[in-house]
Amino acid sequence: MTAILEMQGITKTFPGVKALSNVNLSVREGEIHAICGENGAGKSTLMKVLSGVYPHGSYDGEILYDGKPARFRDIRDSEHAGIVIIHQELALVPLLSVAENLFLGNEVAKGGVINWPLAYQKTEALLKKVGLTEAPTTKVEKLGVGKQQLVEIAKALAKNVRLLILDEPTAALQENDSQKLLDLMLELKGQGVTQIIISHKLNEIRRVADRVTVIRDGSTVSTLDRSEITEDRIIRDMVGRDMAHRYPDRTPKIGEVLMEVRNWSVMHPEQPRQVIRDVSMTVRKGEIVGIAGLMGSGRTEFAMSLFGRSYGRDIRGEVTLAGGKPDLSTVSKAIDAGLAYVTEDRKVLGLILDEPILRNISLANLEGISKGAVLSRGREQQVAEKYRKAMNIRTPTVFQRVVNLSGGNQQKVVLSKWLFTDPKVLILDEPTRGIDVGAKFEIYNIMNELAGQGHGVVMISSEMPELLGMCDRIYVMNEGRIAGELTRAEASQERIMALILQDGMKGDAA
Amino acid sequence: MSTAETNKPAPSGIGAHLGSHLRENGMMLALIAIVLFFFIIVRAVQGVDFLSAQNITNLFLQNSYVIIMALGMLLVIVAGHIDLSVGSVAAFTGAVASMLLVQYDLPVLMVIPMVLVVGGLIGAAQGYWIAYWRIPSFIVTLAGMLVFRGLTLWLLGGQNIGPFERSFQALSTGFIPDLFGADKPNFTALILVAVAAAAIVWAGIRGRAREAEFGIAPEPAGFFWARNAVVVIALLFVGWKLASFRGLPNVLLIMSVLIVLYAFFTESTTTGRRIYALGGNEKAAKLSGIKTERLVFFTFVNMGVLASLAGMIVTARLNSATPKAGVGFELDVIAAVFIGGASMTGGSGRIIGVVVGALIMGVMNNGMSIMGIGIDYQQVIKGLVLLAAVIFDVYNKTKQG
Repeated sequence: MTAILEMQGITKTFPGVKALSNVNLSVREGEIHAICGENGAGKSTLMKVLSGVYPHGSYDGEILYDGKPARFRDIRDSEHAGIVIIHQELALVPLLSVAENLFLGNEVAKGGVINWPLAYQKTEALLKKVGLTEAPTTKVEKLGVGKQQLVEIAKALAKNVRLLILDEPTAALQENDSQKLLDLMLELKGQGVTQIIISHKLNEIRRVADRVTVIRDGSTVSTLDRSEITEDRIIRDMVGRDMAHRYPDRTPKIGEVLMEVRNWSVMHPEQPRQVIRDVSMTVRKGEIVGIAGLMGSGRTEFAMSLFGRSYGRDIRGEVTLAGGKPDLSTVSKAIDAGLAYVTEDRKVLGLILDEPILRNISLANLEGISKGAVLSRGREQQVAEKYRKAMNIRTPTVFQRVVNLSGGNQQKVVLSKWLFTDPKVLILDEPTRGIDVGAKFEIYNIMNELAGQGHGVVMISSEMPELLGMCDRIYVMNEGRIAGELTRAEASQERIMALILQDGMKGDAA
Repeated sequence: MSTAETNKPAPSGIGAHLGSHLRENGMMLALIAIVLFFFIIVRAVQGVDFLSAQNITNLFLQNSYVIIMALGMLLVIVAGHIDLSVGSVAAFTGAVASMLLVQYDLPVLMVIPMVLVVGGLIGAAQGYWIAYWRIPSFIVTLAGMLVFRGLTLWLLGGQNIGPFERSFQALSTGFIPDLFGADKPNFTALILVAVAAAAIVWAGIRGRAREAEFGIAPEPAGFFWARNAVVVIALLFVGWKLASFRGLPNVLLIMSVLIVLYAFFTESTTTGRRIYALGGNEKAAKLSGIKTERLVFFTFVNMGVLASLAGMIVTARLNSATPKAGVGFELDVIAAVFIGGASMTGGSGRIIGVVVGALIMGVMNNGMSIMGIGIDYQQVIKGLVLLAAVIFDVYNKTKQG
């Protein structure tokens, strides 16, 4: 097979940092090539160089496309050559229809007048290719994230793509949708579309990739053939050290019941349907409790309704916390009662991105850095410095705006914020989503430490291996109910899935 | 690819400091440059002293209401909202004050608090819809702008109401009496200004000491002293000029007290901090236990109170309530806040920036009027200054990345 793309000695510097240093990447025609690396390793920068976001001349090195030097001035240029990149944050216009999105900037038109019948016809054909049956006039906002991702791919196909780049395509997807997407990738490969996938999910890479290039600290570490692809090898190359265990060891010291929720029921905020039904669970001191379930199973809704009624209406049920009956009617009361909730989406719900680290850490407990109503900025800085050391937040100063931090460090800031409220029970919703392997390990360590200090930790996660590796007990949720409870010894991916399926059948029968 | 992924110490030194405080220092320098520009041009062309005692006094009298309303507008804008109704509210509350004073003959000391309460209620009426019903503030206050302009016309019946007794006029045109006899220069004014200058320097030194105690890298010493020297010299100069004319205007005192209060509120209190958090990311603020609705409501109530204070000052200055009072104020006020460095999306902006922003607008108004530049050109120039200031901000932000 010949190489469709050769990137040779790519070096890209930003003021003060060398983002890429002498990176080599060779992609063969018709293969699926995975790129692995920690957040901040340089994957996205490399793709931006390739797609012309950073135009020719702003980097050193040579790009050979089809054996000829390619000098893209912008994205349009690279798209003309058949290179299309699908970013992690989807670039669809929610209020426009599928057809309008597919041909955005590339309209089926003559002299500026759009030929709608032809556009719809083409749209239907493209949607069929990616396995969608939606009408071309459906507004994109009506589609779930999984389907939107497929629309993005259809959009790329509309541009006669030859080299498709997918930047963490499954990060926001549920298991089902992820599988569909991976299937589609293999199908496109069969049709001769060369693909580059950036992913953190090693099992996916094993499934679809023909070769893997690992990047660390802005340089190529290795390119592995399919036979060499093992998780251990990839992790070792990514992190630069052996990681004997993906989950840190811990000897649980589990104490008395810290929090007990009984018969928790919640109605949807707008629609007349029940989202959470009769959920009961306990969390003990020093215990890490997992909540497994598919997306839409009500895990986040349950946590948010518990945390100061941040979700839903008509909330019923009883909670005991540390022996008392806490008032959880508002977020600030829930915080006072000793509850903390680390949100699923840290950028949208957890952080004030434009503010510096120290202000984010103090946000939920301003009383802790003030006398009366007057803030002590010195105390605020001390607190931030303390957590910066304790959590190993990698930053030159605590005055750094959090928008400039990597995902893992941002998550540490969020954790710091909640630890500073001195919680008894911490609920962590997808705490390692979008975080690289090294930072994940650090977050796991922090969780273990918290449990060791006698906190109760509740972990909601869509990644089953992570739940199995970390939790002492796992509740499985489905359609707003607890479908079952598994101890560490009992739990396995198969049993969790079985509980979900069995519960689903019960629900259908009822 | 972030530049923050190292544990390197932050760069220090004067260059770095200037860079990170470019905006505030730049605004100060721009203000000084504009003042000097007018001083030189006006002297050369008109042969008039731009920095005469009388003109400095005028500057404060003319701009006090913009600065007072800009303090409240900053909070509204930081919270991520806007208030277009302030001009109409100022006119309406001025009309209410004149009715109470002239037609009902109520004493001044009763009327002032009553009108402030009216302003607060108006703010509450608008803030309620914005905070608890989530109606966009642009729409609610656009409606308010029309409603209160209409109510002003209705209340005044299309006529002016006035004049007022001296004690009400003193709100705007009065001066603080000299406790040391009537001789010039006015010693009360001199002493007050000197005390203010000393207080600023003292607060600066204490702040530095405390920063050092907590291990915060302080502003470079040379820079600190240079900046303070400029501020003190400017203050003493203005104080001397005022003292040699009629003393400190009451408005100046009211305004200064409010500026200090709001600067303290925004930078050093928990509630102030929460307003910034709310503007920065409302959802995150809410999930951190901040009562966002209540805060938004508060910022509008506060805006209403300040608008009514400004309304009374304007009414007192004109010595009559007129249906046309306060037309276009909202634009001056909002422009001052944005020139002062606040962000349209909320979450950032400082009181000191807003004051400097308002002064820049004020000095330009005053200077261009003295030079006899037509109102047409004045508008064009002011518009361009606003645009330039915001472009400068955006440019800086993208450069920082």
